[in-house]
Amino acid sequence: MIKRIKVGTASCGIAAGAKDVLEFIKNNVTDIDIVEVGCIGHCYAEPLVEVETDDGESIIYRDVKPDKADLDKILSLSDEKRLKVRNERSSRELIMVTKLAGRISPVSIDEYKKNGGYEALAKALSMSPKDVVDEIKKSGLRGRGGGGFPTGLKWEFLSAKESERKIMICNADEGDPGAFMDRSLMESVPHQVLEGMLIGAYATGATDLFIYVRAEYPLAVRNLGIALEQIKNEGLNNLNGRVVDIKIKEGAGAFVCGEETAMIASLEGKRGNPRYRPPFPTDKGYKGYPTAINNVETFGNVPLIIKGGADRYASIGTEHSKGTKLFALAGDLKYPGLVEVPMGITIGEIVFEIGGADKDKVKAVQIGGPSGGCIPAKYFDTPIDYDSLKSLGAIMGSGGLIVISSDRCMVETARYFLEFTSRESCGKCTFCRIGTKRMLETLEKITGGKGSLEDVAFLEDIAGKVKNGSLCGLGQTAPNPVVSTLRFFRDEYEKHVVDKQCPALQCNALVDLYLNQDKCIKCKLCIKNCPVNAISDDFVIDCDICTRCNTCMEVCPVDAIKRVPKGGKSE
Amino acid sequence: MLAVKDVLSSLEQDNSNLIKALQLIQEQEGYISNEAIKEIANYFNVSPVDVEGVVTFYTQFKRIKPGEHTICVCDGTACHIKGSPLVKNWIEEELGIKEGETDKDGFFSLEVVACLGCCSLAPVVSIDGKVYGNLDRKKLLKIIKQYRNGGAK
Ligand SMILES: Cc1cc2nc3c(=O)[nH]c(=O)nc-3n(C[C@H](O)[C@H](O)[C@H](O)COP(=O)(O)O)c2cc1C
Ligand code: FES
Repeated sequence: MIKRIKVGTASCGIAAGAKDVLEFIKNNVTDIDIVEVGCIGHCYAEPLVEVETDDGESIIYRDVKPDKADLDKILSLSDEKRLKVRNERSSRELIMVTKLAGRISPVSIDEYKKNGGYEALAKALSMSPKDVVDEIKKSGLRGRGGGGFPTGLKWEFLSAKESERKIMICNADEGDPGAFMDRSLMESVPHQVLEGMLIGAYATGATDLFIYVRAEYPLAVRNLGIALEQIKNEGLNNLNGRVVDIKIKEGAGAFVCGEETAMIASLEGKRGNPRYRPPFPTDKGYKGYPTAINNVETFGNVPLIIKGGADRYASIGTEHSKGTKLFALAGDLKYPGLVEVPMGITIGEIVFEIGGADKDKVKAVQIGGPSGGCIPAKYFDTPIDYDSLKSLGAIMGSGGLIVISSDRCMVETARYFLEFTSRESCGKCTFCRIGTKRMLETLEKITGGKGSLEDVAFLEDIAGKVKNGSLCGLGQTAPNPVVSTLRFFRDEYEKHVVDKQCPALQCNALVDLYLNQDKCIKCKLCIKNCPVNAISDDFVIDCDICTRCNTCMEVCPVDAIKRVPKGGKSE
Repeated sequence: MLAVKDVLSSLEQDNSNLIKALQLIQEQEGYISNEAIKEIANYFNVSPVDVEGVVTFYTQFKRIKPGEHTICVCDGTACHIKGSPLVKNWIEEELGIKEGETDKDGFFSLEVVACLGCCSLAPVVSIDGKVYGNLDRKKLLKIIKQYRNGGAK
């Protein structure tokens, strides 16, 4: 017998149509409990519906459509459409932080408690604050927001401060444009994040807690808000007699506000300009009070450490990077989604075995977003930890991991990131404001087919200057995507500037569209669909008119149209 | 609809609420008007230029009245890799406007945003907050048509 039906309605599920599925099931099934849950990480198979039976079995159905056929399959526990987690994935993953994600209702404190929730807080409250800090120190937990600073140490700094008010901020700005781990945690297990914060507040003596959430995450804000109400109703924010205040603050769309001092300025209602450190936030932060900032995933780890003990936690991972890490896998691979892996796993294991990417096509991964770098396939046996990634010129970053296949241009990828950072620069430091702009212009020149070898040399030169001449992490790391692609894919830059060719056939200025008359069946679909009328009645593409929008390629039923190197007509 | 004054009076007169005030007002009116800036400056006892400074710093805030529906093209890393520049072109062509503009009937506005957090469904756009994933040109034009016909929620 079916006990419960769970529909995954995190952002990824909703985007794939989960709300329609939910509505359809609700309209057609009346005698079974139907609940909304978060994300289990298998985003490629959304919408997902999980069935819980009386004897504790759980079956997950994938790609569910809001129709009777699929509903019947679910209700009859059919073998069809079941989500089978491939062995390659399940044997590599280590699910700890996301254990409850997508399994329980995010907005039910009772369910969270039934699954061991708030036991860690109770245990922490039975310890002395100092012991809690020591436990976190011993676990080896390092910040998951990118920098990798030891969390226990940060907490020790804050707890040592004497002040009437102390501030603790959860950094939920998740600015890396290709990362969604923090979103998923907040949407799926908001209580776990809050429990971590409460433990932190107890350990450090923090009085005021803030969660600074990206404006683009409405569902995360909603679920956190509900969870927060429940906490207050149950008095869980009463830490052995000391009641702490927790507030959710929504950001307003500025990447730089992920930086600590900028975030503090933004919380104070100002422009989010970073400032020089020292003084560090733990000395002088929000409104002048001592302040500690930690990332969402960092807080999400805290309850596990307290509950299971630091030693057990520290037994996972590598010497200097402990525990697991969440990665948002996306790009050119078969199974995009959220994965949780032990530190020390290799990039190749994530990309090929978990992600199912095509070994013959993958050229690199991009890790760490606009502050990170590209790692070419030949280094895929590098273990994932803070230090080995750094040595390759990438960073752990927050956990965005984008797989790049050989039909993507690395120069264009670098240009993309510089466009992002130059737009997001707050403008305070000259090198960041103008330097990133000059880098972007130079990259545009190269992808536009007008670059020279001097331009490549200029990029190398200015990269170092921007790095050294900027105050905050944004400017200091902005050149990384360029530096790392120059290091590993210099040949692609040279092809662009010397031969005026884009090897990946991506840069429009260096590409023509060619219609192969021998393959063409004269169906005229391309002519009809071309938005700029670039195709003549006798099926020749006028490349001076063509905008390279690819529409004709998409509509052609026989693949007669191809992108070819500029000037070259043959295949 | 609440007036700007009413929205403000629900907030404590502490400068840290300035961004919140702008967000609430934009939610009500769709954008931040000159009058709103003056009212906010008054309320928090700062100069209008300080408010304007905050407004222009954050991409969320609009100074121009948006169309009835707002299309946000995601240009995050995953979507970019999967062709979001093309998606943007298709929309620009279809609506005859560029990013940051509103079409002449005031029906659609077009914006470009960084990562909507649905990278596994790249490329994606969101219309009034509802996310549409795995787009190709056909699918996209169909969605736009649905909105024009009033068929989409
Ligand atoms: C430009 C910039 C953007 C950042 N964005 C984020 C972010 O989105 N999320 C985050 O947790 N940390 C971000 N950080 C890092 C934070 O400044 C800070 O190191 C982190 O929140 C500390 O938490 P942790 O020790 O738990 O990692 C960013 C840093 C810089 C310089
Ligand atoms: S990059 Fe588009 S949703 Fe993340």
